[in-house]
Amino acid sequence: MTPPDSLPTTPPLLAARLVIERDLLLAFRRPEQLLHPLAFFMLVTTLFVLSESSERTVLRGIAPGVLWVGALLAALLALDFLFRDDAQDGTLEQYALSGQSLTWLLLGKTSSHWLLTGVPLSVMAPLMAYTLGVPASASVGIMLTVALGSLALSFIGSIGAALTLGARRGGVLLAILILPLAAPILIFGSRATELAIRGEAYVAPMELLGAIVVLSFTLAPLAAAAAVRISLE
Amino acid sequence: MTWTWFHRLGSPPYVYRLAQRLTPWFAWSAGVLILAGLFGGLVLAPPDYQQGNGFRIIYVHAPTAWLSLMVYTWMGVAAAVGLIWRIKVAHAVAAACAPIGASFTAAALATGSLFGKPMWGTWWVWTPRLTSELLLLFLYLGYMGLRASFDDTQRADRASAVLAVVGIVNVPIVHYSVVWWNDLHQASSLTLAGKDTIATSMLVPLLVSLLGFTLYFGAIVLVRLRAEILRRERAASWIREALA
Repeated sequence: MTPPDSLPTTPPLLAARLVIERDLLLAFRRPEQLLHPLAFFMLVTTLFVLSESSERTVLRGIAPGVLWVGALLAALLALDFLFRDDAQDGTLEQYALSGQSLTWLLLGKTSSHWLLTGVPLSVMAPLMAYTLGVPASASVGIMLTVALGSLALSFIGSIGAALTLGARRGGVLLAILILPLAAPILIFGSRATELAIRGEAYVAPMELLGAIVVLSFTLAPLAAAAAVRISLE
Repeated sequence: MTWTWFHRLGSPPYVYRLAQRLTPWFAWSAGVLILAGLFGGLVLAPPDYQQGNGFRIIYVHAPTAWLSLMVYTWMGVAAAVGLIWRIKVAHAVAAACAPIGASFTAAALATGSLFGKPMWGTWWVWTPRLTSELLLLFLYLGYMGLRASFDDTQRADRASAVLAVVGIVNVPIVHYSVVWWNDLHQASSLTLAGKDTIATSMLVPLLVSLLGFTLYFGAIVLVRLRAEILRRERAASWIREALA
């Protein structure tokens, strides 16, 4: 897999950055992929409100759960696109053959996926929270927790997305593979959000969430690279 | 020490015959121990001073719950061995483990809810143990679903092996996060009669039953492994001899 010595090699970090730049450029030229998860998130929140009541006290009580389940499902739906286009047009195969470490390239790819779905979702979350009667003072806390949680989900989910690339019926299977593994993210994330809404210190669950982020950030790209290689065989 | 015994485990015909020879040993000792454990637990052990006779379901519940986790570990280890050393038989072991582990998990959930009805007055409580057991069931179902969605056995093997290894890393995280989740929300009002203070007359049958169920798992996994090897090697010539 190592390229001949005569060729100048791109350092892995730079290669990862190039992948991020390429993905961001592609996404801004086709913005609907960017908007669909946000629209989905808004729809789920609306459906929750319609199925509960419009009363503020009720809504404020269920707000952490609604926000987290909504954001998690929106990010999950977006995961389906993470590798699909690149697998279809052969880009992924070129990545695997490029001689670059596939782990680093996928690290870049998954990071850009988070920038394109997780970050917009975390900006959207305080707005949705506000409509549920959550005080605006909780906005920063909610934004931070959703940003961290969606980062962890992107990385754990990248393994599932890579594994289901070659599988029949990818969509539902991806959800069944990933959602049990996402339970810790949901637990700590919604707990931190709940504390932020009540105006209390939310550092403790945030730290646990951060630990999950570090773990998935460092290990998930390795597993995802192995999975991509298997699906390319 | 030579490693021939290890290398021979990579050969399907050898493992097939080994499994054939070992199955009766596992099956008979499992049968004897389970019967002894159940007799000790259901007849000899005294009723619990708080839970009456209802506690006796632990003689089935605890072994199935223990096996639900142990089988997942086995599956993950077998998958990792298959992935690292590319041993086909190891993948066959992982494939054989999954449905058994899922059944044990379902049995642990069912007996847990049967236990819950007389003790807590409801079939289902979102206790950390039940919840993480339920998530474990989904992990098994996901593994089996991924395996079933590939037509090619080798790809199914390797893809599901990656998932099993990822699952092994995650199972403790999922388990403890669910435990903490409950701590955060409500004081734990439901504890099984203190594990360390269990009377010897209750403990011995439990241990016997645990060992019996574990050997029972060994027996079925060997039978399933043989079926799995036959399916994978159906084109090979040694099968004609083995089945003759």
